[in-house]
Amino acid sequence: MTDAARSRAPAPRPLATRAPLELGALGLDRGAHILIARALAELAEGERLEVRGEAPELAIHLRAWARREGHGLDLGERLVLVRGRGDRDRWRDARRAGGIDRAGVADRAEAGWGLAARGARVEVGVPRFDFPLDRKRGLWTDSAGELYRQALAAQWDPGTAIPWDAPRPHPEPVEDALVQVLTYLIENETAALLVPTRFASRVHPHYREVLQLLVIQAADEARHVEVFTRRATLARDVLGTSSAGGQASLATLVEEPDFALAAFLLSVLGEGSFVNLLAFLRRFAPDACTAEIMRLSGADEARHVAFGMAHLLDHAAHDATLPERLALAIERRHAALRDTAGLNEAVLDGLVVVAAGGLEPDAIGRGHDAVAGLVREMDLGRRSRLRRLGFDRERAEALSALHTRNFM
Amino acid sequence: MPPDTLRLGAVAYDPKVVTIWEGFKRHFADQGLAFDYVLYSNYERQVEQHFAGALDVAWNSPLAWLQTEALAARLGRSARAIAMRDSDRDLTSVVVVRRDAGVARLDDLRGRRVGVGAWDSPQATLIPLIELEEAGLARERDLEVVAFDVLVGKHGDHVGGEREAAKALMDGRVDAACMIDGNHLAFAREGLLPPGRTQVLHQTAPYDHCNFTVLDDAPESLVARFHAALLAMRFDDPRVRPLLELEGLKVWLDGRTRGYAALARACERFGTLRDFVDAVAGRGTR
Repeated sequence: MTDAARSRAPAPRPLATRAPLELGALGLDRGAHILIARALAELAEGERLEVRGEAPELAIHLRAWARREGHGLDLGERLVLVRGRGDRDRWRDARRAGGIDRAGVADRAEAGWGLAARGARVEVGVPRFDFPLDRKRGLWTDSAGELYRQALAAQWDPGTAIPWDAPRPHPEPVEDALVQVLTYLIENETAALLVPTRFASRVHPHYREVLQLLVIQAADEARHVEVFTRRATLARDVLGTSSAGGQASLATLVEEPDFALAAFLLSVLGEGSFVNLLAFLRRFAPDACTAEIMRLSGADEARHVAFGMAHLLDHAAHDATLPERLALAIERRHAALRDTAGLNEAVLDGLVVVAAGGLEPDAIGRGHDAVAGLVREMDLGRRSRLRRLGFDRERAEALSALHTRNFM
Repeated sequence: MPPDTLRLGAVAYDPKVVTIWEGFKRHFADQGLAFDYVLYSNYERQVEQHFAGALDVAWNSPLAWLQTEALAARLGRSARAIAMRDSDRDLTSVVVVRRDAGVARLDDLRGRRVGVGAWDSPQATLIPLIELEEAGLARERDLEVVAFDVLVGKHGDHVGGEREAAKALMDGRVDAACMIDGNHLAFAREGLLPPGRTQVLHQTAPYDHCNFTVLDDAPESLVARFHAALLAMRFDDPRVRPLLELEGLKVWLDGRTRGYAALARACERFGTLRDFVDAVAGRGTR
């Protein structure tokens, strides 16, 4: 407010507590209780408030209202309420659930805050909700709110954003290969949808920006599943294959119970690799529709990686043991998957054929080289993110090499 | 069940009754008072079982209190009201008409249809009708009484009968409707009785509602502990507050019986208690 505006504003005036409350024609059937309650709020228990008004049923309704609210009523010549204590008793021990701004984010969110908005005044006796993720450390990052707003602004509508009718000039074997790759992408994006969804229901809503971000990530993945499916079925009635080894890899991701480790495996390693993969598919897309799908999905995935990194960097700043726990998580997952095939062979071949653009021997060779380049790019990306998380060069290289062959 | 368990009877007029008494049971257990409750589907059964020794305390409607009092008198025994809610005191009922119905005075109701609640509802039937009768409008001679009998045996504890009467008033099926003052406010707020479309033709004198009733053979010290535990329940205790809210009170008060006079006159005039008292006394309850 400017000084000029402030000087024009009326000075706050205390309610005339002891003076009669004039209701005019307003009755309790049309909201008079709001004015009565405000006037009573200024009084001490046992103090009296005369209520005046012309509403025909005022005395009848005042009796019923006062009885329900625990106020006394002295009905003589005048209508006089005697202030009770029910409303004050209710709020006596109520406390604020943190504060609305960043400084108000509590180190630990109380179960008794329930679903209350951060900063709300909470009545004692709220049912205790069970939110296992109720500590700021390991969950919160100051950039969560900004990342959520970016995610919200970057939402896109598959119906209008994708040129579904763009020509598809490529040969049939390339379409088959693309459908296999898309089948794999759908499966992996389903895992990427489930991981934030599982954690979202466990995050204390006091950390609402984190909750919002997880849910919008899940919504992003739901959209990716939708567009990959729609593209895969533009020219085919059946999808490609889903391998046991690929799903074994995803199972270790979906079942990871630790929020920080799941964020690490999913966002920093898996989705990080997917950013490279989607960029690769955009580059070698056989048609404009596929290229646009990969561009938009890749931008979403890049945002997910940014949140995962921000969250882990914040976490690592407070917890020196984090890098070793992350390393153990990679090693454990690697051990669990040691005896599985990893990436579905058909997916790798599909990527080669898509990159080749046909089945001519020279083209296949070029496609193969491109995929080898993709795998190197993914490795470099993982190493770079691991370095940022505090691993030295050799350790980052070794850990990156242990990442699942399934990419995600 | 420990031998010194206080047995309370209550009428299940709504599923929430189970929640209420289960909550009280837990609360009293925390206070070291062994407590159990028995639910009845109607007050008549509860009153009869009270005399049969099945209960130590009955949570009685005003009519059930008068039934108990009359039966006690018949059997040479006595009953006491030991506690009640703050919200059980000084209720009133109203007789409501449509503004456009050409009813300006009580006498204009002559020959008209008056909607009431369940026939055994003190607040929506018996008390309004005795006051109309005392004003010169006898229920059979001068009025056509239309009863909205929802859950008879529950003495009007359920709001259904009053709501039906209010709907009938607005539909034009009756010319007047009787209801408790708090329901009039609630129906007005929710738009069932639109502001400005109705007017209150008559407000009864204040009367009292439910009480905890004991008979002369109640275990004295156990009842005293129950009474003390009740009156110690505080609205600022978050463990207790939900129970008090479900039961609709801020604080428990000592019982009083001076607020049942109008209902007693109604019962006398309409013969409401006679058959019940004759039947139960005739069955030779102890």
